[in-house]
Amino acid sequence: MEKKNNLRAWIYLAPLLILMTVFTFYPIVNAFIISIYKDYQPLANNGAGIITGYTLQNFLFIFKNQLFWISVKNTFVIAFVSVPISIFLSLFISVALKNIPKLKGFFQTIYFLPYVTNAIAVGMAFAFMFHQNYGLFNAILGWFGIDAINWIGGTASWTAQMGALLIYTIWSGLAFKILVFTSGMQNIDKQYYDAAKIDSASKWTVFKRITVPLLSPLILYISITSMIGALKAYNSVVGLFGIQMGAQPYSMMTIVAFVYRYVSGYTDVGYISYASAAAIILFIITVVFSLIQGVVSRKRVHY
Amino acid sequence: MEIKMQGLTKIFTSKNKKEVRAVDNVDLVIPSGKLIGLLGPSGCGKSTTLYLIAGLLRQNDGKIFFGEDEVTETPPEKRGIGLVFQNYALYPHMTVRENILFPLQNLKIEKQEAIQRTVEIAELVGLQEMLDRKPKELSGGQQQRVAIARALVKKPRVLLLDEPLSNLDARLRLQTREEIKRIQRETKITTVFVTHDQEEAMSISDEIVVMKDGVIQQMGEPQQVYDAPLNLFVARFLGNPQINVFDGEIKNKEVLIGGMKVGNTILPDQQVTVGIRPEGFAVDTEKKSPFKFEIDMVETIGRDTTLIIEVESGEGGILDKKTFKAIVDVEHRINPGDMVHFKVKPGKLHLFDLSGSIL
Repeated sequence: MEKKNNLRAWIYLAPLLILMTVFTFYPIVNAFIISIYKDYQPLANNGAGIITGYTLQNFLFIFKNQLFWISVKNTFVIAFVSVPISIFLSLFISVALKNIPKLKGFFQTIYFLPYVTNAIAVGMAFAFMFHQNYGLFNAILGWFGIDAINWIGGTASWTAQMGALLIYTIWSGLAFKILVFTSGMQNIDKQYYDAAKIDSASKWTVFKRITVPLLSPLILYISITSMIGALKAYNSVVGLFGIQMGAQPYSMMTIVAFVYRYVSGYTDVGYISYASAAAIILFIITVVFSLIQGVVSRKRVHY
Repeated sequence: MEIKMQGLTKIFTSKNKKEVRAVDNVDLVIPSGKLIGLLGPSGCGKSTTLYLIAGLLRQNDGKIFFGEDEVTETPPEKRGIGLVFQNYALYPHMTVRENILFPLQNLKIEKQEAIQRTVEIAELVGLQEMLDRKPKELSGGQQQRVAIARALVKKPRVLLLDEPLSNLDARLRLQTREEIKRIQRETKITTVFVTHDQEEAMSISDEIVVMKDGVIQQMGEPQQVYDAPLNLFVARFLGNPQINVFDGEIKNKEVLIGGMKVGNTILPDQQVTVGIRPEGFAVDTEKKSPFKFEIDMVETIGRDTTLIIEVESGEGGILDKKTFKAIVDVEHRINPGDMVHFKVKPGKLHLFDLSGSIL
């Protein structure tokens, strides 16, 4: 009986397993292999590809590549600035939404819109909003007497470009987090809040000592997934700056963009191997950060 | 601290705009330093009353006083109440110590004093060994005591408990109710607790308040309410086994059930509802009483014998059931099939008019 059920389970799982093997597991393993090919020419030999041996030189090539380090720096800034800010903001907005029951549906829709809107389209809209002379952001700054900032124009500073990119990244990431946090809050027993009220807790105390700890499993989940998402930043840069990847060429380069740059040059000798090597480095970075988050949060997450 | 309610009313409006008067024009004075049980069937408004006292619900009308202090518009955190929730609402991510400290930290009590008070209260409820555990590592009874400690540690004026025993198993329930009574006696804090269990209310309360449909039916010492119910609802609600209720009439100063005389009265002739508690019957060994029945079942437990009498509908004027029960002394040696003549003990005949009010 048990064996039969086992077989049935495998049959149910088969479609997913087959797809994942073809499109996930095989490419991962293959990337590891390609990353150590020497002088790989994928189209040579009538498409069978030729190599001249195995080597770790591909990784060395990447570590010596200045563009790679620009990508790493940009990616890390995006991840370490946007993730905490967007988590805090979305927690704050979720609490605020909870306190306005009447307009909640309306605002939830507004906050959720970015999630269902195409990232490139939104990025282009943001690009216009960051325009030095006609953009919304500079208009708002103007109300406070602040001089117009060259956010994304041709001579924009790295800081201004990164600022614009972070604003866009944080904003577009809010939707999903708010959705998760508001539904998580609905699962918190209302009696905890009644008890806290009786216990004379201030709103800030309630947030800090009751809402956040009780949401902590979700906060961990969101921080890991959005950290992974931020480390894979790419289309936000394309949306905001176009394929030039920055106000100056490559100034806002990210690791995924670096990978893509070499993938798109696949006809050149060894480029696919460089791309694979960079992808594997990104993979290792992602795994390490996720593990660190898991360990650090172990004491702070209450299930 | 005396709690006084004047014309207290709470109306809930359901989705189809139907109004429910959960608490209806309640006037009630809860004396200072007493343990009071709010008792009634579910939906009678007892919990709503408790949450109105706590301030977690807002009344539609009426006033609430703590002593001379009107607290009608005072938010819950400023009322000086301790509330123990039905499922305790202990913060699951905090240890017992942190749970108890939480209200003190919010009140900005100096750290040394807060720690000392936490230890003192833990000793009062017998939890000093458990301070570093998380709530889920405690038994239901221990969690209950943490909740009481958390409510008491800030020295509230009033302690409120919502169904304090309903989440405990039978053995713990007996133990915990003694515990609640002891803690209340030691702290002398005015305590109101809500329950649907009449035995629980009667066993630990100084006074009970019986509610039905948002209206107070009767208030008094448990035994007094039991012995002299003001209406049929209270008579039926208190007592296990339930009171026996018969259709009866008064004719020429005699109380008759199904034409059989069960007692005398000074009231004028009329149709009445007669209530007799099972232990209100006595066996007439001289077999003179006309109130006689054939016994269908006999249950003997200890020193009591419960006689169960089945009655054809209409026969004997049984009102709401097909059987009634009498508890008599075990010495009578009654067997099923015996014909027993019953007398009603003095003061055990409760006469109600047809609307259910005591006559």
